Amino acid sequence: MTKRSPQDIHSDAPPTAFKDPNPSEAALATHDDDSGDLIGRTVTINAPRQALYAFWRDLRNLPLFMENIESVQVFDERRSHWIVNGPAGSTVEWDSVITEDIPGEVLAWSSTDKAEVPNSGRIEFRDTRNGRGTQVTVHLVYDPPVGKLGKAVAKLFGREPNIQARQDLRRFKQLMETGEIPTSEPPAAAPRAD
Amino acid sequence: MRALTWQGKHDVRVETVPDPQIVNPRDAIIRITSTAICGSDLHLYDHTIPGMKHGDILGHEFMGEVVEVGSGNKKLKIGQRVVVPFVIACGKCFFCQKQQFAACDNSNPADKSDPSEIAYGYPMAAAFGYSHLTGGYAGGQAEFARVPYSDVGPIVVPDGIEDEKVLFLSDILPTGWMAAVNCDIEPGDVVAVWGCGPVGLFAIQSALLLGAHRVIAIDHHPRRLALARALGAEVLDFEEVKVREALAEMTGGIGPDACIDAVGMESHGMTVDNMLDHVKVATFMATDRVHALRQVILATRKGGRISIPGVYGGVADKFPIGALMEKGLQIKSGQTHVQRFMPELLDLILDGKLDTTFLISHRLDLEDAPEGYKNFKEKQNEYTKVVLKPRYTRH
Repeated sequence: MTKRSPQDIHSDAPPTAFKDPNPSEAALATHDDDSGDLIGRTVTINAPRQALYAFWRDLRNLPLFMENIESVQVFDERRSHWIVNGPAGSTVEWDSVITEDIPGEVLAWSSTDKAEVPNSGRIEFRDTRNGRGTQVTVHLVYDPPVGKLGKAVAKLFGREPNIQARQDLRRFKQLMETGEIPTSEPPAAAPRAD
Repeated sequence: MRALTWQGKHDVRVETVPDPQIVNPRDAIIRITSTAICGSDLHLYDHTIPGMKHGDILGHEFMGEVVEVGSGNKKLKIGQRVVVPFVIACGKCFFCQKQQFAACDNSNPADKSDPSEIAYGYPMAAAFGYSHLTGGYAGGQAEFARVPYSDVGPIVVPDGIEDEKVLFLSDILPTGWMAAVNCDIEPGDVVAVWGCGPVGLFAIQSALLLGAHRVIAIDHHPRRLALARALGAEVLDFEEVKVREALAEMTGGIGPDACIDAVGMESHGMTVDNMLDHVKVATFMATDRVHALRQVILATRKGGRISIPGVYGGVADKFPIGALMEKGLQIKSGQTHVQRFMPELLDLILDGKLDTTFLISHRLDLEDAPEGYKNFKEKQNEYTKVVLKPRYTRH
């Protein structure tokens, strides 16, 4: 995907809103600026910016609201190890490094060179100027390998990566705003006849 | 416990199911003392709302006694009597803070939110017992219910007042009230109400209480028209009269200032547009029959207001957008922000200013709920409102 020159862009919209989202416009540290799929979304969360950043910055919290992540083991300030549930009981693991960290504002991460599925992400926290809490924007770039493994990996990121990402982000908002994640999972949360 | 479950179109059964449990800190468990069948339950019964699954527990109008409270709820106490709003709302998000509880951004679980986001642009809030589009939560036509965000939704009612006087705070009373509020009634206004089901009847009562000069009610069931007349409305039987002409004549050629569509997508009438709608619904070419709404738009005076509490779910053909624009009409609609209206309506009930029991026609054991559904659908003249009582045979 070729990078658009600024004079070709007429919209004041973020890169994920474009009909042909271009990872290189998303300020993401990707392995190859010209490849991968860009997904992302912005939500408004009625909670202070610093609190949201702090919760996300402790990467061990991510499995609380990211459905597919089994665990995140934190080695030090920058490095961590992710275990993600895949199809049919499989798991995929990779090491990840923090590539950008502005406390209270921005956090970005990227898988290391050894990862089967190169992936990176960036989250931004911005105060709203109309008193509606914090705007949180998540951008993810992932680069599934071609072929059979690629298909398995695409599934690994969810039924459809964009849907998975927005559901995870919705759960983050629910947890931060209400202190819990709503569920109607039978039988305890919502009994039903079999 | 025993619960009324959806098994398919026109097939509901009372089954034994697991008891609900506290799963989140703000949950409470309610032992249900009274519950009701709502007109909108008939949309599920007729399967005109998608997203139902076999075994779902229905019911979104219910009240009872608090029997268990989660650790995160510091407000409710075991033993309190509460009425539960049909809308599930977190109380914390942007929308709840604006008192737009029916637009709550959090109550619909993340894995249930995508269909309504795709259909409507943004995900819907959740409701009890009303399909997996709105959360997949178990309903209250049961012996017990789990109530999420129970520190925000349920309203505590005094011990001395009987269930039937306050039960309808859960849905139809605030829905009829909000329908009238949405008319922005001014002194001298004539308000016309299509549909004298429970919501229409409460809308009539509310419009008069909110200062309408006259209310004209439209239906075709004699008993329902009689209830409307008893509330102080003038009435029209649409099988006898040409409704728009009648309304124009009765308002000296001006037309009603505000009109309420309390019918929604099931509207009757053997007219050409309605039969075309019927064919298209049957063949899934469109989901909503909008005969009443078309009539509302034509009948409303120029510069007038339209309020739509009636339920619609999909798209409609032959929507008279020209009449809407050229006459300068305003439309307000939406699911009810129940939590906003409950306290003032409870006060009006306790002060004796609202009669909430006149419309109850049948009181049934929960075990007989399937018969209640069948008759509420097929004998609308006799069955104006069905209240169900659980028996607790297993406790």
